[in-house]
Amino acid sequence: MNNKYVIAALGALVLGAVYWMVVGEKSSQVAEKASDKVKVGFVYLTTPGDHGWTYAHELGRQQVEKHFGDKVETSYVENVPEGPDAARVIRELAKKGNNIIFTTSFGYMDPTIKVAKEFPDVKFEHISGYKRAENVATGNIRYYEGRYVQGIVAGMMTKSNKVGYLASFPIPEVIQGINAFGLGLRSVNPDAELSIIWVNSWYDPVKEADAAKVHIAEGADILAQHTDSPAMLQAAEKAGIYGFGQASDMKAFAPKAQLFSSVNNWGPHYVNKIQKLLDGSWSTGDGPDHWAGNDWVGMADDYLVLTSFDNMPADVAEAAKKAAADIKSGKNKIFTGPIKDNSGTLRVPAGKTLNDGELFTTLDYYVEGVKGKIPG
Amino acid sequence: MISMTPRKDISLYRTFLTPLVAILLTLVIGAAIFDFLGFNPLESLYHFFVAPISRYDGIGDLFVKACPLIITATGLVFCYRANVWNIGAEGQLVLGAIFAGGVALAFPDWPAITLMPAMILASVIGGICWAMIPALLKVRFNTNEILVSLMLTYVAALFIDWLVRGPWRDPMSFGFPLTKMYTDAALIHRIEVPFIGMLGQLHWGVVGALMLSLVGAFLLSRTILGYKVRVMGDAPRAGRFAGFNPNLITIGVMAIAGGAAGLAGMIEVSASMGQLQPNVSFGYGFTAIIVAFLARLNPVGVIFAGLIVALAELGGDNAQIVLGMPKVVTGVFKGILLFMLLAGETYNRYQIEWRRVGPQSALREQ
Amino acid sequence: MEALILTILLTSVPLIFAATGELVAERSGVLNLGVEGMMLMGAVSAFAATSVLGSPYVGVFAGAVAGAVTAVVFALFALGLATNQVATGLALTIFGSGLSGLVGAPFVGRTVDGLPVFAIPFLADIPVLGNLLFKHDIMAYMSVAFLVIVALFLNRTRAGLVLRAVGNNHDSAHALGYPVLLVRFYAVSFGGMMAGLGGAYLPLVLTPHWSEGMTAGRGWIALALVVFASWIPSRILAGALLFGGITIMQLAGQARGWTIPSQMLSMMPYIATILVLVIIARNRRFALINSPACLGRIYMQNK
Repeated sequence: MNNKYVIAALGALVLGAVYWMVVGEKSSQVAEKASDKVKVGFVYLTTPGDHGWTYAHELGRQQVEKHFGDKVETSYVENVPEGPDAARVIRELAKKGNNIIFTTSFGYMDPTIKVAKEFPDVKFEHISGYKRAENVATGNIRYYEGRYVQGIVAGMMTKSNKVGYLASFPIPEVIQGINAFGLGLRSVNPDAELSIIWVNSWYDPVKEADAAKVHIAEGADILAQHTDSPAMLQAAEKAGIYGFGQASDMKAFAPKAQLFSSVNNWGPHYVNKIQKLLDGSWSTGDGPDHWAGNDWVGMADDYLVLTSFDNMPADVAEAAKKAAADIKSGKNKIFTGPIKDNSGTLRVPAGKTLNDGELFTTLDYYVEGVKGKIPG
Repeated sequence: MISMTPRKDISLYRTFLTPLVAILLTLVIGAAIFDFLGFNPLESLYHFFVAPISRYDGIGDLFVKACPLIITATGLVFCYRANVWNIGAEGQLVLGAIFAGGVALAFPDWPAITLMPAMILASVIGGICWAMIPALLKVRFNTNEILVSLMLTYVAALFIDWLVRGPWRDPMSFGFPLTKMYTDAALIHRIEVPFIGMLGQLHWGVVGALMLSLVGAFLLSRTILGYKVRVMGDAPRAGRFAGFNPNLITIGVMAIAGGAAGLAGMIEVSASMGQLQPNVSFGYGFTAIIVAFLARLNPVGVIFAGLIVALAELGGDNAQIVLGMPKVVTGVFKGILLFMLLAGETYNRYQIEWRRVGPQSALREQ
Repeated sequence: MEALILTILLTSVPLIFAATGELVAERSGVLNLGVEGMMLMGAVSAFAATSVLGSPYVGVFAGAVAGAVTAVVFALFALGLATNQVATGLALTIFGSGLSGLVGAPFVGRTVDGLPVFAIPFLADIPVLGNLLFKHDIMAYMSVAFLVIVALFLNRTRAGLVLRAVGNNHDSAHALGYPVLLVRFYAVSFGGMMAGLGGAYLPLVLTPHWSEGMTAGRGWIALALVVFASWIPSRILAGALLFGGITIMQLAGQARGWTIPSQMLSMMPYIATILVLVIIARNRRFALINSPACLGRIYMQNK
């Protein structure tokens, strides 16, 4: 018994030593090999096959490859859980000589900051968070702009005055989306009500389908979602009602049900940031109080794109187009007072518009027309 | 048909040879799959198994990845040796993380010298508490511990989810489901090796894991407790005749496994995350079961088995980055590796012969 | 309300399939923790077949076959090579999740026409009940039919008796001349087929597309369900409706503005399952009759 362990340990030691000498040194040099291209790394939470969030980022990555051709080399890692693995994967990408690394989920925020400290020469860009560092920028899209337009369409289309909404987690961008939808809804239809189901997941097709069916059973005839799979639209299609697609165009899944999709168009964003890196003008932007980072962009720059308005009467499409144009031109800032919460208290006085910081820190309520209260 | 007879003595030679053969077989099958998917098989294997540990820091990361697996599997070995089938280590790990996290969040101004032991103690207690539910139910009511411990895993996962989204959420997290960051005193730090410096993310928890495995080996092979555990597992009747109390042993091994899993949860959070989040264990508790079996229920073997499984994970990420190989290939590969190692284990334990088909043959169909 | 109940019914169908299959395997003494892997293989095969060949009925068949084939892999190791069932089952889940993702990659982003609704003549016209019970796709009927067949098989046939004998005490069953491994092989394969059907229901009916890991833990719920049902087929129906009901009610509660934390509701089925285990274990006679005593134990021929 005793001998067994001794032999085993010795054997392992010898093997390890040989391995260390033969392989260890050699390939550490190989890995250092520099490249004259700009190397770009992406970290994905799920797989591009989700047809929502990650798919939209993947389209952005493909656009980067197309735009820069031989000048860039991109790679991505999919299905990276938001935990210790994230830091390891980001670090690995940095070590592999990537010049800029995009980390595309909120949960990568602290790992990105942590790894960025270790690689001061590498640029990082964290999507949807609020922490920045010297070499960490943040980027995000004003998703809520599209949701306001959705609210208007829903308000005009609904017959039951009940609109269902699938939400993932009660984080600022989701609350912004719900409230923008509510404001749009009530701007055209004072009787319509929005009810929220928290799926507590970004991506669980069957649960999303279940939640959609529950909304339908409760009488909703228009559905919207802040979750990633096309399951909700498929349920709407089957039930013969309407809904909005999320993050990428989901028309293929529900040709008769999709009113339009708010598409996250990451391509120009990524191209822009990489171009800046090539020019030497990459920066992390304004001061620390600028919540969403220097690149919180939306419909004005075509970073948020609405697909064609389908399955709706001409007057509704007309109203939607006008609302979209007003948002694009900056005429409608959406979160402009008077805004009341759903208990009737005035939260934003008339004439005041919430700034970016306030959009992150003060929205702890639902606006009028949204049922229930924010969980947690 | 196949006939299997248990081997009386498992030779050292075979102990080392079978896993090697199993791994080789996996490599061959893996190479075929890579080839089929259009990747260069040799290059793929290199990026899967060699490249991740061809740097010093990679080796550090390998140990870090293996750390929770080694700790948890060491505890599980005791259970399985005693024929107690605890498959709820995942939940016990989560409870350990919750208890330790509770201490870390409640006493942010304690210095490391008091906070660290308190957190370790809390995590062990947390893990034990969760393990005691199936243990006591088994002892008292003779319920099936496999099923109870499995059910409790889901309860634990939902419980931490609720805590982190609800009462324990950092008010400054803007609604994101995270607790406050731990203070520095609650964090496990990286090891600075003399002359070499930091070895990747290698932290002191890894040293703890390795020591725990060695202590486990000692307990199992050199103490009365270990003897009782082995007897109860191999020959429960003989154990009862010898006057061992099977209930006490069940409770004892469950406590060891739960405590170890809880500790693994605490180390994982303190060393690698620095705060609680809805998901603190990424299947470590389930992977540890596999690790325990690959190690053929030997605490020292757990170290090697943990490293092998961790390597497959690191390799999967690396192959993705370098070759663009989809992540799912890692799963297929890991599955095949496990099947091969399990089959190897059978070869190791039993004399396998082919005999002429007899009338009673039950394996004809296979 | 009627629509809500309908949703609960549909959500329960995959659970009924998978749990009924696992029940048969467990009754023969085999604990196959690979249900999730088998369901995923069933789901991807069903979707791929439907997508390529254009008929959802072919998809149903493909799902069943894929589930069974995956289960045979398990059987080869756990029965043929007498490997530990817990470890082998976990390995099967890892393997199945990976392989299904690989096979399904080319089908991501496609959609198919799911199974059509088949209203049973006359019965479907009964008010309320007709809508709830007799206007479903063919798989929904199949799930209940299989459950009834399994119940009859286990309790009313000689083969069922043999299967239970093998699960209760494989040594005596062997002594009586029953082919223990062969019985278990069939039981496990059947379990795989049913898990495959349960998986197939997701892309064929519930949400007609394929995505990696789309079962999202339903295989594990099926495992809990078998225990909850205390290995009695009829109780699977009740259990599946309860699990499905809690899932749906928790969503409906939100839509109506209830404020119970959803996690607490989600915990309930698992806690209930533990309670059931305790109650069964306390009633020795019941335990003796219904819970397979050899569950998860390795059987060696010629030992």
